[in-house]
Amino acid sequence: MGTTKLSLDNEVELIQRVCAGDKEAFYALVEPCERGVFTAAMSILNNVADAEEVAQEAVLKAFSALPRFRGEARFSTWLIQITINEARLKLRKDRRHLYESIDEPRTDDTGDAFPKDFADWREIPSEELQRKQLREALQRALQSLPQKYREVLILRDIQHLSIQETAQVLGITVASVKTRLLRARFHMRDALAPGIDGSWSNGKVEYEKVRPW
Amino acid sequence: MTVIEISCLEVWREISNFLDGEVDAELRSRMETHFKGCAHCRAILDGTRNVVKLIGDGVEYQVPEEFSKRLHAKIKDK
Repeated sequence: MGTTKLSLDNEVELIQRVCAGDKEAFYALVEPCERGVFTAAMSILNNVADAEEVAQEAVLKAFSALPRFRGEARFSTWLIQITINEARLKLRKDRRHLYESIDEPRTDDTGDAFPKDFADWREIPSEELQRKQLREALQRALQSLPQKYREVLILRDIQHLSIQETAQVLGITVASVKTRLLRARFHMRDALAPGIDGSWSNGKVEYEKVRPW
Repeated sequence: MTVIEISCLEVWREISNFLDGEVDAELRSRMETHFKGCAHCRAILDGTRNVVKLIGDGVEYQVPEEFSKRLHAKIKDK
């Protein structure tokens, strides 16, 4: 994630210093988590300005609540959990005034998930042009995911939280994480799979009609 | 050891857990046997594995410019 993770010893020491009144130590504690906090907020809000606002609120909340932090989880996990809660609160608050139709369509975790695309897909595109298009296609696919699947996918596959940590920060069971993860990954695969012959070529017009690029 | 056959549907249900190393040894071996004989499921496994890899490598939300600076200012004011 770009920034080196703090060791547990470092983390404990920094927390003690913050609680003793050293504000500088809080910057050092938060800095390695900044990208993660922003990404977690984005996973729910899908909007840069809202995500920044929520990230700030969550960090300030963590600052006030730090004396009550008991170290059951790592500080970064705890901070992401606060961020997720704040983002959900904001989403609920903002939607209260909207019509129901704007809400997420109800998605059900029961029943089996079927992959829609059977294309063979062993190769990963490596050329620069395809990479850029792929990144854009990934972003689009991610945005098209229903929120509850997007949350799980982002925490697990982008932030690399464990299944247990993902369950903890989202307040859902391990079994739900696994089910949602399967659905999210199938959805992403269907949205991103290459042409039926397994080709990633973007020069073929017939693919462009049905593929993300 | 006899490996009991497993259906494509059962394989799909567990494919994500398989990639995460969340299936027990017996199920893993049944799935591996299935993948050897089923090109469809192999394609789905490869594709899903690629998705996980691509997302891990390629998706990064651009943190807004000066995000860190504004955040620190907020902490300072607290």
